[in-house]
Amino acid sequence: MSRRRVVITGLGPVTAHGVGIDPLWRALCDGRSALAPIRAFDASGFRAASGGELPGSFDVKELVPKSYRKATKVMARDIEIAVGAALMAVKDAGLATRGTDPDNPPTIPPDRFGCHIGAGLIAAELDELTAALATSRGANGAFDPAHWGQQGMQELTPLWLLKYLPNMLACHVTIIHDCQGPSNTITCNEASSGLSLAESQRVIERGAADACLSGGADSKMNPMAYLRQELAGRFAPCGTTDDATAVVRPFDASASGTLLGEGGGILVLEAEESARARGARIHAVLSGTGASQSWCDDTVGLVPDATGESLADAIHAALRDASVSAAEIDAIIPFGSGVPALDALERAALARVFGDALATKPFVTLAPSIGATIAGFGAIAVAVACRAITEQRLPARMNARETGGLLAGAAPSAPHALRHVLVCTPSLGGQNSAVVVSKPA
Amino acid sequence: MSNSSNNRRVVVTGMGWITPLGHDVDSVWQRLMKSESGMGPITRFDARTFPTTFAAQVKDYDMARFVRDASVHTSAGLNSQFALGAASQAWRQSGLDGYAGLNRKRVGLYLGAGEGVLDFDNYAASNLAGWDAEAKKVDGPRWAEFAHKAMDRMREVEQEPNMPLAHLAREFGVRGPALNCLTACAASTQAIGEAFSLIKRGDADVMISGGTHTMIHVLGVTGFNRLTALSTSKGDPTKASRPFDATRDGFVMGEGSGMIVIESLEHALARGAKPLAEIAGYGSSADAFRITDIHPEGRGGAASMHQALAQAGIDPLARRADGRAAIDYISAHGTGTKENDSIETRGVKRVFGPNAKDIPMSSIKSMMGHLIAAAGAVEFMTCVLAIRDGMLPPTINYQTPDPDLDLDYVPNTARPAKVDICLSNSFGFGGQNDTLVVRRFA
Repeated sequence: MSRRRVVITGLGPVTAHGVGIDPLWRALCDGRSALAPIRAFDASGFRAASGGELPGSFDVKELVPKSYRKATKVMARDIEIAVGAALMAVKDAGLATRGTDPDNPPTIPPDRFGCHIGAGLIAAELDELTAALATSRGANGAFDPAHWGQQGMQELTPLWLLKYLPNMLACHVTIIHDCQGPSNTITCNEASSGLSLAESQRVIERGAADACLSGGADSKMNPMAYLRQELAGRFAPCGTTDDATAVVRPFDASASGTLLGEGGGILVLEAEESARARGARIHAVLSGTGASQSWCDDTVGLVPDATGESLADAIHAALRDASVSAAEIDAIIPFGSGVPALDALERAALARVFGDALATKPFVTLAPSIGATIAGFGAIAVAVACRAITEQRLPARMNARETGGLLAGAAPSAPHALRHVLVCTPSLGGQNSAVVVSKPA
Repeated sequence: MSNSSNNRRVVVTGMGWITPLGHDVDSVWQRLMKSESGMGPITRFDARTFPTTFAAQVKDYDMARFVRDASVHTSAGLNSQFALGAASQAWRQSGLDGYAGLNRKRVGLYLGAGEGVLDFDNYAASNLAGWDAEAKKVDGPRWAEFAHKAMDRMREVEQEPNMPLAHLAREFGVRGPALNCLTACAASTQAIGEAFSLIKRGDADVMISGGTHTMIHVLGVTGFNRLTALSTSKGDPTKASRPFDATRDGFVMGEGSGMIVIESLEHALARGAKPLAEIAGYGSSADAFRITDIHPEGRGGAASMHQALAQAGIDPLARRADGRAAIDYISAHGTGTKENDSIETRGVKRVFGPNAKDIPMSSIKSMMGHLIAAAGAVEFMTCVLAIRDGMLPPTINYQTPDPDLDLDYVPNTARPAKVDICLSNSFGFGGQNDTLVVRRFA
């Protein structure tokens, strides 16, 4: 029995360039960066004071059905991004759902509609929590658990916990669009989105759903979440007056770290026969996925696997899954953060897979333009791959100069024949994900 | 992988757990058979004034007794520590430990591990140090200055929910597909179901799967107290978890880990392993209903049960040749909240129709508490043990029947039964529903 093919029919990235694929694609082709001083909080006390926040115009209330506006009160930023991304994906795919067209029957029957959304560890809003904690200061000024248990905790809204559970991204999205099929939340840091896309692929393949909203979203524009990234050694030095648009230099010999971007992407993945039957526009084929776990000398992966062996295994698995050879890959979208040890891991892995031919494979690097988007990365990258395949064009690359023979240095956007694009990423924790996106037949 | 056809059989070859009732499979199972409770006062932090003052904590646990080299796990937070103890037992039982033919790149991990424990004292101190009472906000630079000194890199990284994966990968040297899912209380059932699906697809030959979680910490108890999901019973904590009883008033938090080793049947047989049971079906659905409420008809739970039964080739409305109902036992999600137990009962009736009354269904959460993300794995394991021993674990503290809940909840005492096929349900806050069907290996 031949396997059900899975195609991509809807793109919904939400990034520092705005909502949807169009503003992102334009900025990438123009070689524009959205990295700028952080507005969400005063980040001057951190190594990096800039990042890629969503534009100030982003308002989740405009991206949910009117009847659902009240629920936006219990959405952490990560949830807002996922909800906005899902709406864009559904619209782009031309699907009628409960959220977009409640008066008509849904295009995908609800019990055949799945949802897999990768998420990060969501940090509580500091002002909200601390306002409550501050009511429970003891005589010495320190937190007093006795007062908290009796009174202080009452200051938190009853639904407080539900803002921060990682599965609430999928919870809200499934409610809005009435997805009653299999639903999951993958939490593997940078690999989360790619692994979610792979799970949707398997679910559709095995016939448990005909379409899925799939991807991931993450915002670390919160002092606690931000500090965790700083402690993990991810940041490039970038003071409040430095030009953030020039700081992130993936694969450059002088790369000094990354800046974070909040964002994510939801895609509509669909069984090919379902997409064809409804006459959908097919952006690309999700032709293969692979996953693996790295051996980490320090156990947790703060020191990335310098050999790249396991990321290479994941890429090989994705190529096998896609029945595509390494030679047939026309472009690569790596995580490409500009964190030297992570860049080295990716370089080593890609060299294992492509050998000398790696020097001929153009890279697409997103981090200089939108920042490192962590759990949101894979879905944003696959959305970019889809558009690149449609346009048969590579976006511009920014900032990097000395790339040691990789086609990763700064270059303007240019037409390029693209049949197969590889998206891959390692993660803090050692999980690796690889996805092959292919031009529709 | 493209060379398979999604139809490999998958068997369980190892199990282990770290629970509030103990740290090895058989002694804990015996305590469940004796209707013992793991509840007691919360000692992890000072909860004396909280609405809920009790939980089922893991006691006297020492990870170093289980792992080969504790020095590579010194940073492990509680979730990782529990996971290492449970998975080490499962790995040893599977016999893969000494199996020279093992291809570690064909051994994957799929866990339902929760977020790690917040470094609360330093977090709260940083927040208060940064608090600007006038502006009613945290002053960024002041917070950052304090937090940079107070916070520890390893304690922070261990809060990432994928860290138990990293520790297990290191402990067993496994390099296959590795994923963590976090769908609240459904997470480890879903993890096992997806691990099963990865083996069926041919992406791995062996998977270590299960869950690990503790939310017995200040903000965990706070969060569930604010949601009024926890029991606030006064008096004896061992009587607080009362699933299906008319006086039930919420769940009791537990903590710990359940881990299993599963593999393709051919892989198990080729190395002479003895399957403990076979995973026959998996179903997953979303309620897509409301943020806090379960669909009143149990629509999502019924859907996941239907899918799992269909994959197992079981017609829930049929009876077997010997007159038995389609399955022998249901390990209920059975949290002890008003809503869950009513709707779960309704969902089971919706699926099994008139046969529902003949299928015993119990909740070990009455004894172990609710292990949140890890609950499903531990409950799945009790199904395997029920098949092994022909014994059903009870729902304890069942004293006052609820007129609307009229199934056989195996009240108060364990019971011998002929057990060949079991179903295990987990339903997450947020609407994810997952079901596994496990059967005697034959």
